[in-house]
Amino acid sequence: MSAPTVVVELTNGAVAIAGRPVLRGIDLCVRSGEFVALMGANGSGKSTLVRALTGLWPLATGTLSLFGTPLASFHDWQRVGFVPQRGGAGSGVPASVWEIVASGRLARRRLLRPLGRGDRAAIADALEVVGLAHRARDGVSTLSGGQQQRVLIARALAGEPELFFLDEPTAGVDLPNQHVLADTLGTLSRRGATIVLVAHELGPMAPLIHRAVVMRDGRIAYDGPPLTDHQVHLPGFGGHVADVAMAHLETHDHGHHHAEPERHDHAPHVASPLDQLDEDER
Amino acid sequence: MNEFLDLLGLPFMQRAIIAAIFTGLAAPAVGTYLVQRRLALMGDGIGHVAVTGVALGLLTGASPTWTAVVVAVLGAVLIEVIRERGHANGDVALALLFYGGLAGGVLVTGLAGQSGARLQQYLFGSITTISVADVLVTMALAAVVVVVCLGLAPQLFAVSQDQEFARVAGLNIRFYNLLVAVLAAVSVTVAMRTVGLLLVSALMVVPVATAQQVTRSFRTTLGAAMVLGMLASLGGLLLSAYASFHARVAPGPTIVLLALAGFVVAWPVGVFLRSRRRLRRPFPVVEVAAHEVIDEHPHDHGRDCGHVAVRHGDHVDYVHDGHRHAVHEKHYDEH
Repeated sequence: MSAPTVVVELTNGAVAIAGRPVLRGIDLCVRSGEFVALMGANGSGKSTLVRALTGLWPLATGTLSLFGTPLASFHDWQRVGFVPQRGGAGSGVPASVWEIVASGRLARRRLLRPLGRGDRAAIADALEVVGLAHRARDGVSTLSGGQQQRVLIARALAGEPELFFLDEPTAGVDLPNQHVLADTLGTLSRRGATIVLVAHELGPMAPLIHRAVVMRDGRIAYDGPPLTDHQVHLPGFGGHVADVAMAHLETHDHGHHHAEPERHDHAPHVASPLDQLDEDER
Repeated sequence: MNEFLDLLGLPFMQRAIIAAIFTGLAAPAVGTYLVQRRLALMGDGIGHVAVTGVALGLLTGASPTWTAVVVAVLGAVLIEVIRERGHANGDVALALLFYGGLAGGVLVTGLAGQSGARLQQYLFGSITTISVADVLVTMALAAVVVVVCLGLAPQLFAVSQDQEFARVAGLNIRFYNLLVAVLAAVSVTVAMRTVGLLLVSALMVVPVATAQQVTRSFRTTLGAAMVLGMLASLGGLLLSAYASFHARVAPGPTIVLLALAGFVVAWPVGVFLRSRRRLRRPFPVVEVAAHEVIDEHPHDHGRDCGHVAVRHGDHVDYVHDGHRHAVHEKHYDEH
């Protein structure tokens, strides 16, 4: 058997938001069939990285290829499924669960063609996998937060992609629903899908992960075998306060303890340029 | 009654009826996507900008309809650009255009030496003075709007629902955003002659608001809004024509008020249906450690006992006064 093909390859990637470099020097390579967790504290750049990998944020420098094709000439978007970080699946007009999931077929549909039998089967299968087939005709806003998150996953699933990007799918989801999500992702992974998951905490998904990538202040601080949630938030990764030193992890930290989690915006919000500057900006 | 039927037979009235039907179908079709993006007031913003367009037509002697189309499209694109890159919120961008458009329109009309009454035709509609050429333009533009809104419904739905997802699905979201803006601008100018620029947004938004009181899917909302918009605009026109034998009744405001009346009727129905659905939804089956047994119960629960019966796993709970009573052998359990 040949070696797994490289699905996502980012070399020396950097992303600037509003002129401020946010991600720097990112080298990331994801192989076919891998389940990668992108972890890190709030503000470490993990969501920005996944948005760069999906082409939502342009790269300031570096090269990104999906399925071996440079992003600029990549058009096979039906091979990519994306679950964005959203408060819920609703919008200003009622929409049924089925309709939201059906919009996941879009990348595979031609303009002005109705849904075919294959499309409907894929939609039904996606609803089945997330366990919401019985709610298909219900308005999506009547579902709980965890169920709405499952609807968004089903939408990505409906396109039958090979590569999934999920941005914090478990944020604000209760434990039973997290287990359902973990089961769903386990099913996908066993079917051979490549999964890149952004997560603050893994919870029930921890056993599924093949590899962890930990972000810290816009750089990759760790890339290797899975870590526990606890390890990720050690000071070496710029997370929360922790007293245990990790001997086997190479850290770039000076070993001091942060009194509280560092909080900084990627692109500081400048609302009133004429107002006085902070002390340290003078 | 006879003179009413005679009135309907007159050419100007028949032109008005055609215009009302086409506008009533087109405006809510775009309106649905605007409401979905939570930009319900965008139609209003474009309407105000189009006032300047009409005034430019009056000033230059060009057809006010076409100058309104051009200026409204520019305004809509501008709103979209400000929204996309601006630091200003969508609603602030709209507010800026509201004032600019209306002030510009009134100013330019004055420069053109036209009276306010001429402008008023466009502000509040004058469907009964519509010419044959105007009817043809209305029909063509409205047909384009409806065909695009329905034909590209999957794409427009996805972009309005979740831009990031749509973009990763390979859609050119900027194109679709601009398309919605242009469609909105076109339907504003289409509805200009029917209900007027200041009331245009009502025809785009009110039928959608009415429809979504009772619908739960996007398709039915879109379809119901179009039907309601058509009924309101045709009904309002006929109502004002009928009333015109007794009093001066303008069609534009009548159409809008009729659409609002539809909302007033649908709203309590929606509230009632939703609360009923909520009450009847089955209780979740959760293992509970213990439950109370109610020995004495002065009332026999059963079908038609008047209390709400809610499915709870393999049995039924009767809901009253904050209790959930389930029949268990000869007594009730408190669930």
